[in-house]
Amino acid sequence: MNNADPDLAAAHREPASVLSLWLSLLSVGPIAILLALIILLSMASPHFLTPRNISNILAQTAVISVVAMGQHLVILTRGIDLSVGSNLALATVTGALVYQATGSTILTILTMLMSGAAVGAINGIVYVFGRLPHPFVITLATLSIAKGTALELADGRAIPGMPEAIRFIGGDAVFGIPASFFVVAGVAALILVMAKTMVWGRWIYAVGGKPEAAVRMGIPTRGVLVSTYIISGLCAGIGAVLLAGRTDAGSPLFGNLLELDTIAAVIIGGASFLGGRGHIGHALVGAVMIGVIRNALNLLNVDIFFQLIAIGVVIVLAVEADVLRTYLEGRVRTLRAARLQ
Amino acid sequence: MNNDVILSIRNATKRFGPVLALNDISLDARRGEVLALLGDNGAGKSTLIKCISGVHRIDEGEITIDGVVTAIRSPADARAAGIETVYQDLALFDNLTPAQNFYAGRELAGPSWLPLGLRFLHSRQMDQETSRVLDRLKVILPRKDATVALMSGGQRQAVAVARASVFARKVVILDEPTAALGLRESRKVLDLVAQLRDEGNAVILITHNMEHVTELASRAVVLRQGRKVGEIIPSRTNQQELVSMIVGA
Repeated sequence: MNNADPDLAAAHREPASVLSLWLSLLSVGPIAILLALIILLSMASPHFLTPRNISNILAQTAVISVVAMGQHLVILTRGIDLSVGSNLALATVTGALVYQATGSTILTILTMLMSGAAVGAINGIVYVFGRLPHPFVITLATLSIAKGTALELADGRAIPGMPEAIRFIGGDAVFGIPASFFVVAGVAALILVMAKTMVWGRWIYAVGGKPEAAVRMGIPTRGVLVSTYIISGLCAGIGAVLLAGRTDAGSPLFGNLLELDTIAAVIIGGASFLGGRGHIGHALVGAVMIGVIRNALNLLNVDIFFQLIAIGVVIVLAVEADVLRTYLEGRVRTLRAARLQ
Repeated sequence: MNNDVILSIRNATKRFGPVLALNDISLDARRGEVLALLGDNGAGKSTLIKCISGVHRIDEGEITIDGVVTAIRSPADARAAGIETVYQDLALFDNLTPAQNFYAGRELAGPSWLPLGLRFLHSRQMDQETSRVLDRLKVILPRKDATVALMSGGQRQAVAVARASVFARKVVILDEPTAALGLRESRKVLDLVAQLRDEGNAVILITHNMEHVTELASRAVVLRQGRKVGEIIPSRTNQQELVSMIVGA
């Protein structure tokens, strides 16, 4: 062990602060990239930064945003929810069927929300109490089951017709701002409050940070895990209301690849795929970034296939940033320890 | 003298299938005293402390705390009884701050009519209390509001020991607290252990370092193959005796 050599200590101080600087840069990275993207695109296309187009982006991003916020909670606990897309499709179908049968707006909305939460509850309960090693498999299974159920119930076709209130929430605008934006903002505020100021939120971070320690500290880990899957399912149900409203229909074909979009949003936004780190802003920034990339590439008449490639590249960059962050933290820790010896 | 006994274990036996991990072990931990728990790997030290801290349950025998026979069925039971454990892997959450780590699983929150999970955190109170404890124990951290991910091994160990000291009202168990540390950081942690003792806790210390045993411990209990093979007052002169008790030579 090096004894306290002042020169050595000075040599260590410098890189530690440089590393800290890099770490802070990484933490504001996603939002900086989003801003840079917006500035670049507004120069590239005169239509990009118009109120009409912004309103468009918000409306197009609303579904991904809401579902990504639920996905984010699951990823915080080191999990993954692959079922959100099928879950959303099933919710729109059950909602459409209930509307056909009853004509009740309230019942239709409640059905969609309950359907989403129920699939989420199945995910969480089977994962935790079935003692599965990872939620990947159960949510992959419910992806298939929910899709199949939706196709079966709807006979493979879209079911047209949604009550006026749902069409308003999903498709109309208030003072030029899409109504769905207010839903997203409301859900975001609610989750933010729960995650940051309530005991439950603290437990989510603890479970994601170190599951074994959470058990030893007496945190009800199983309940916390199940709750995140239920909320992820509920968010899919809210997304179902928005999408059914925008399209005036329920369809088993909705939500295709939504699981990948939402996971991508969370990662691109800067939350850690390894769990325990991130907040609701990351999911939102990521969702908006996906929306902006899609919208801009449309405006610039870029081939739709290229959009997939672009988003894939962004995902790789975001994950590498996460790896880099973990590495830099390790370096900072080693340098500090060396300085103390 | 007998009044000072806080934790008393009588004839504890624990089996894992056919393996007899603890065989009829009895020991006392006294207020203001460090009890060293020694033994080679597999001697039963970890099993014994896991039984005291509620991770395992003893099959036979009884645990008495302040003269009252107490059933310890879970980590929560142990903590409710005033027993805190610093595990070897620290059980710290890297992504949380020291204050958040201190209160993990026992957050200060209200109002009390809400279900526990939906109560609002009293963050400032927890931060202040943590800061006060870290100052009292002279634990120096780069930043008290940064996550423990960025702290050195010694700082993390200090946070874990400090956490135990906040909630320990009777017994603190430390499982090899200096195993992964350099000399200076070990020194700091040993000072913390001494302070916990001076504050009136019964401290149970597991270690392989005989220097630390002679320095801190008033008594040493040696386990071998699940049995208690000796209990002596460690000193510079009987270190050799201790070592041969441990290895059974």
